[in-house]
Amino acid sequence: MNPMQRTLTALGHREPDQAPLFLLTTLHGAGGLGMSIQDYFSSAANVVEGQLRLLEKYRSDCLYPFFYAGLETEAWGCETVFRADGPANAGAPFLTAAGIDTLKAPEVKAAPGLQRALQAIAGLKARVGDTVPIIGVVMSPFSLPVMQMGFGRYLELLHEDAGRCERLMRINEAFAVEWANAQLAAGATAICYFDPVASGTVVPRDCYLRTGQPVARRTLARIQGPTATHLASGRGMDILLDLADTGTAAVGVSSLEDIGRLKRLAAGRVALIGNLNGVEMRRWTPAQAEREVKRILARAGRGGGLVVSDNHGEIPLQVPVEVLLAIREAVDRWGRYPLDWVDGWDSGEGD
Amino acid sequence: MEFEIRRFRESLESLDRIGADAVFGQALARMTPLQAVESLVVPALEQIGAAWQAGTVALSQVYMSGLYCEQLVERVLPPSDPDRKRQPRAAIAVLDDHHLLGKQIVYAVLRASGFELFDYGSIGREALVERVIADRLEVLLISVLMLPSALGVAEVRARLKSRGCAVRIAVGGAPFLFDPELWREVGADAMGRNAADAVRLLEGWMGDAGDMRELR
Repeated sequence: MNPMQRTLTALGHREPDQAPLFLLTTLHGAGGLGMSIQDYFSSAANVVEGQLRLLEKYRSDCLYPFFYAGLETEAWGCETVFRADGPANAGAPFLTAAGIDTLKAPEVKAAPGLQRALQAIAGLKARVGDTVPIIGVVMSPFSLPVMQMGFGRYLELLHEDAGRCERLMRINEAFAVEWANAQLAAGATAICYFDPVASGTVVPRDCYLRTGQPVARRTLARIQGPTATHLASGRGMDILLDLADTGTAAVGVSSLEDIGRLKRLAAGRVALIGNLNGVEMRRWTPAQAEREVKRILARAGRGGGLVVSDNHGEIPLQVPVEVLLAIREAVDRWGRYPLDWVDGWDSGEGD
Repeated sequence: MEFEIRRFRESLESLDRIGADAVFGQALARMTPLQAVESLVVPALEQIGAAWQAGTVALSQVYMSGLYCEQLVERVLPPSDPDRKRQPRAAIAVLDDHHLLGKQIVYAVLRASGFELFDYGSIGREALVERVIADRLEVLLISVLMLPSALGVAEVRARLKSRGCAVRIAVGGAPFLFDPELWREVGADAMGRNAADAVRLLEGWMGDAGDMRELR
């Protein structure tokens, strides 16, 4: 199977030849080309070349031309703050509660950063065709306000000003739909819908059902391709089936939760992506990397419905090459279906 | 008092400002402001912090609870009040990072617990070192969200040490939660898993009982 066939089979809750691995490296591409992160993301050609080199080196089952989260807020007029050792941040929030009354969504075609990302997707599509999934990214309209307003002010809006919050959601939804569909038109196979605010780590389930879930239902229904929802390390156990109800095909889950329990809960309704601990990964030995991969495969691999990946949706730049290669090798060695070794495996964790 | 604490906590978690105000008002009718803070507000916020750590309460509830309590306490115990606690010279900062929520929560909970401290906001490594020395701090609380920022604590510690500054550093934030060894690696004296940990930590250090430790 090629990566596309492998991934589609797993997402269809069937067992492919081996478990797909989404090694979500973005910043590592800059190092591969010997350039700074800011220079790297200044050109679509760099990202195309960087992603292709990463694909060759690690044989991930997807391409991930994600630039940085602030790329979207750039389109709204927000500054981006680059750093040498990690992902760029959105600059100071630009939106107040009162500002929502006159807010208008930017147009994707008028945003140079978004256009650059579209060129990167198109460039990769031209090189790999339909053999490797190309994952586009959109911030959920429900989570984008963290960058637009600042986290604290957004939570106050969410809980104390339902009218303005609803208006902001509608504006953000229009933007998210246009941006996601532009990526699909450029060649993205699927859209990763980043929605950390939806997670039980950030809001209680009843709040999500009143707010974030209707937003996701409306937005995902208008995105003209498959979507996966990512909680960016946040907990999702309590809302896993609520997420499935939004129409998403897969959920990126946290290393804080037991992926075996999540798999049983998902029961074929939604696939899981995860849940290697991206922060701890920095100081893993190859043997630890292998053990963590085995843990995920043993608990959640059978029957398909699993993509091995990190728990955040982006692997930190500080994770060394040896660890990434060890993860790749472990999936190659232990991820081949039908995973017969699982029955006799003892994780050493008393399970 | 257990009953009042539970009612107060439930009001906070359901974002019932009026209910929380009423329970606090009843406590004030029979005790001093500082006693009300220590016997009602602090335990309720501690329980909410522990519940967040256990995954049964969400960050939005922790944040809004801290905000409400900070406002309640501010009303009855202004910063200049002599009843405010004896405390070390302390500051809180977000290092090399624009994610302020964690700092805002800890700051609000500390103030709601009767502490006063400098709020440096988001600040770079060099500027932080200069502020710590200029303000003659005894305790520095550092909040981060991103891994590179967490690793930057090691540089702050080294720079402070080279200037002869022995400030105690406590760290908190997502990277330290996901990697429980990280706080030692970057040279911190302690880590907090939630805002209530910061209260316990400062109280411990007030009594000069703070050995190297991880608060759990």
